[in-house]
Amino acid sequence: MSGQSAASLRKKPAAAPPTERILSWGRYPKTAHHHVHKPAWNDQVPEILRSASPGALLPYGLGRSYGDSCLNDGRELIDCRRLNRILGFDESTGMLRCESGVSLSDILDVFLPKGWFLPVTPGTRFVTVGGAIANDVHGKNHHCAGTFGAYVRQIGLHRSNDGLVICNSRDNPDMLRATIGGLGLTGVIAWADIQLKRVAGPWIDSESIPFESLNTFLDLSRESNDRFEYTVAWLDCFAGRKPRGIFFRGNHSADPGKEFRAERGLKLPFALPGWVLNRYAVRAFNSAYYRIRSTRKGAAVDPYDSFFYPLDSIRQWNLLYGKQGFLQYQCVIPETNVEAVEELLDRVARSGMGSFLGVLKQFGSAPSAGMLSFPRPGVTLALDFAMRGERTLRLMQSLDEVVQHSGGALYPAKDARMSPVLFEASFPRWRGFVPYIDPKMSSSFWRRVTGAQ
Amino acid sequence: MTAMRKIIILGATSGIALGVQRLLARLGCELLLVARSPERLADLQSDLSVRGAPQVLTYCADMASIQQHAAIFEFAQTTFSDFDTVLLAYGSMHDQKDSETSVDTLLEELQVNFVSAAAILTLFAADLERRRTGCLAAITSVAGDRGRRSNYVYGSSKGALSLFLQGLRSRLHPAGVRVITIKPGPVQTPMTDHLPNFARFAEPEQVARDIVSALERRSPDVLYTPKVWRYIMTAVQQIPETIFKRLSF
Repeated sequence: MSGQSAASLRKKPAAAPPTERILSWGRYPKTAHHHVHKPAWNDQVPEILRSASPGALLPYGLGRSYGDSCLNDGRELIDCRRLNRILGFDESTGMLRCESGVSLSDILDVFLPKGWFLPVTPGTRFVTVGGAIANDVHGKNHHCAGTFGAYVRQIGLHRSNDGLVICNSRDNPDMLRATIGGLGLTGVIAWADIQLKRVAGPWIDSESIPFESLNTFLDLSRESNDRFEYTVAWLDCFAGRKPRGIFFRGNHSADPGKEFRAERGLKLPFALPGWVLNRYAVRAFNSAYYRIRSTRKGAAVDPYDSFFYPLDSIRQWNLLYGKQGFLQYQCVIPETNVEAVEELLDRVARSGMGSFLGVLKQFGSAPSAGMLSFPRPGVTLALDFAMRGERTLRLMQSLDEVVQHSGGALYPAKDARMSPVLFEASFPRWRGFVPYIDPKMSSSFWRRVTGAQ
Repeated sequence: MTAMRKIIILGATSGIALGVQRLLARLGCELLLVARSPERLADLQSDLSVRGAPQVLTYCADMASIQQHAAIFEFAQTTFSDFDTVLLAYGSMHDQKDSETSVDTLLEELQVNFVSAAAILTLFAADLERRRTGCLAAITSVAGDRGRRSNYVYGSSKGALSLFLQGLRSRLHPAGVRVITIKPGPVQTPMTDHLPNFARFAEPEQVARDIVSALERRSPDVLYTPKVWRYIMTAVQQIPETIFKRLSF
């Protein structure tokens, strides 16, 4: 008890080699940190910020960023997971105030039984509120709801120089826009006010429709976007230039149905050998999945967790890719150049390094809330690649050419290797964000793409 | 025995208590939280209320200070009467080396972990014994099962508390009052962040689940959590002293 504040602030001498091995979700790159601070209370954060050297720190949540945007190699992290308290909830309006380490999973467990749901949810429930804000995450309802940041009404932000800064549309609105999508660089979020949304119950009226070309996908998207709150497509990346896949769409069921408890599912206990997920296995999986889903096409009522979070049912699925880890490639392509998506898929198919998972989604036109938010009008494509060294990186560089040529952008939360040039092309206004960075904050990603120290 | 409905947590901001309180809130228990920091207590009060606790009272006090115990006890009796369970969850773990060179640090550790704990438990024991109902539970440690070179000050303070609880259990048994000794292995909490990971540290949520299930059921009297520590400590206790004194862990 009395020893805890001293212990959590204790630092190893900087001369010792960094030993805290923290990985991001892709398990690439391998990094080591000098120290991981683990504040249990918001009142401990100012001292951590005060005693750090410039650029030493970065807030860390559940580590679901795929690359190095949640890492601070050779420096320090602030693990925010113990800052996980709900500070208030208004039953009449659905306004939630919680600390930044509260997970979306926790919010669902507490509030879905009361009839409230997340306004926007990414494909996993195991992210923190802080992480959802810092990456301005999007979900299957982007076409009608925008990003997570659109529902963040107010933030209490620990800054190393200014103490706790309250940011909302009236006070410090620029700091709010910088912090949404700000990759954790603007400070440590103490708490945030988030607008939840009313739902009747935990069920989703869903439909799945097979498609066999990009144009069919676009037609399906266009005709669904008005009628369906959630749309997304799974893609079989081995089909080459004529992509085939399954289009999923759904709405919250108006019928409350019966309550159920989310299952926690299997857990992969260790990293599989890298060769297990070889191209033949992946091709066979994709093909089988397509066949099974196309025969089961049509309407269904799904529990919300299997509709939104199919991959969460295998915990630590990232270990499927073995010790070397994997890279995700998520880009957005402007609709006027949508044929670039076919070119990307063609290059992937020709490389023979097929992606286990391909996801396609049409973004809406609502402007994102953050200065560095990724979502913008167009089609977003996400692909997974096992890390096989140089040739994987070369394939991704060749994809970069297509993205850049089409006027597209890459998603920092998924990235471990984009060039400064592509970052500049993706976020041409990033220099306007720089003044809002807290001088004590930095990240591996930020140093890599901007050359900051 | 009455069901667990109204629970007093002494040391409500400790790492293990946080997990226990969440589960109790979800079960719909009423809570009285005692800790030092008013700000932290206020945060816990809102958190646990939203999570389902129908009533969350807080009382600001330093458990290490025995002069404050009478007031804590009186507050509990007047505003949280008919409480049925008391969980003592606070503790202190200094760097052992500091206790070897400073008698003040040594005494502080013994004061927090044993002397003050025995004092407050005595107050609550008398009350429950008179009412012939309820449950007293206290978090000690597997470190109290054997004195180790690297951790014997903390170990002896917790071992003394375990012995105290053992006697108290026997005394309160005729009155139908349960006494539970909770012995966690190393747990990932702020108290242990500075320790090298010499063994697998348990998640506080797992330890919390074990504690709540021990509070709900009639057994066991002595809870090892995670369970494997019962077997580990049985084995450790078998090592002859002539060998054990040479071990540096």
